[in-house]
Amino acid sequence: MLRLDRATYDGIVAHARRDHPDEACGVVVGPAGSDRAERLVEMVNAAGSPTFYEFDSTDLFQLYKEMDANDEEPVVVYHSHTATAAYPSRTDIGLAMEPNAHYVLVGTREHGNNDGPVEFRSYRIIGGEVTEEEVEVVAQLPARSNT
Amino acid sequence: MAIEVRIPTILRTYTDGEKSVTGQGADLSSLIDDLESSHPGIKERLIDLKDGKADLRRFVNVYVNDEDVRFLGGLEASLSDGDQVVVLPAVAGG
Repeated sequence: MLRLDRATYDGIVAHARRDHPDEACGVVVGPAGSDRAERLVEMVNAAGSPTFYEFDSTDLFQLYKEMDANDEEPVVVYHSHTATAAYPSRTDIGLAMEPNAHYVLVGTREHGNNDGPVEFRSYRIIGGEVTEEEVEVVAQLPARSNT
Repeated sequence: MAIEVRIPTILRTYTDGEKSVTGQGADLSSLIDDLESSHPGIKERLIDLKDGKADLRRFVNVYVNDEDVRFLGGLEASLSDGDQVVVLPAVAGG
């Protein structure tokens, strides 16, 4: 199951709406091994495309350098599908390289840049196998444990 | 001649879970051959053949001292003692 706080969930949806009809992409970072999606980082889609996304190589490097320095990892990797269902495409599955991440897909085909419901779904993608999981949205994440 | 190589999570199965390994080589191509000898299987994840010529895989990024190696000559990028090499899979999809 993926647990997100309301502000992060709303932030991902807002990013997807804003970039529609191009795909939006980004991560939610958290302490390594914690499974806590704490910090939303919107990334630029270097492909600038309605059918493909890719983090810019320099931005990617900076992001990982920062996470490494803070002992963090990408807890969520998200992107939007702007004309198709919010389900991982074959390309998404083939290129999913973060076995610990929740892969979030936001579907904006119904309402585009406007308000209205979006599809918001989360998956594990490990070794080519896709497993959908529940998404729980809470007001705030529980306090960090000190263990 | 020691070069530190940072290994992404997905490739740590080849390095016994190590985040970072050392290797040697005067250029990236030789470094990858050296990594292959200590961590068999890793080369195939980094390199493939395009028109019979070895090249970095399209969705694998390699950086030498913070610079994308594609701007430094790719597999021919020269390396020196103390350089830091970082391997990161692209975050991409459709």
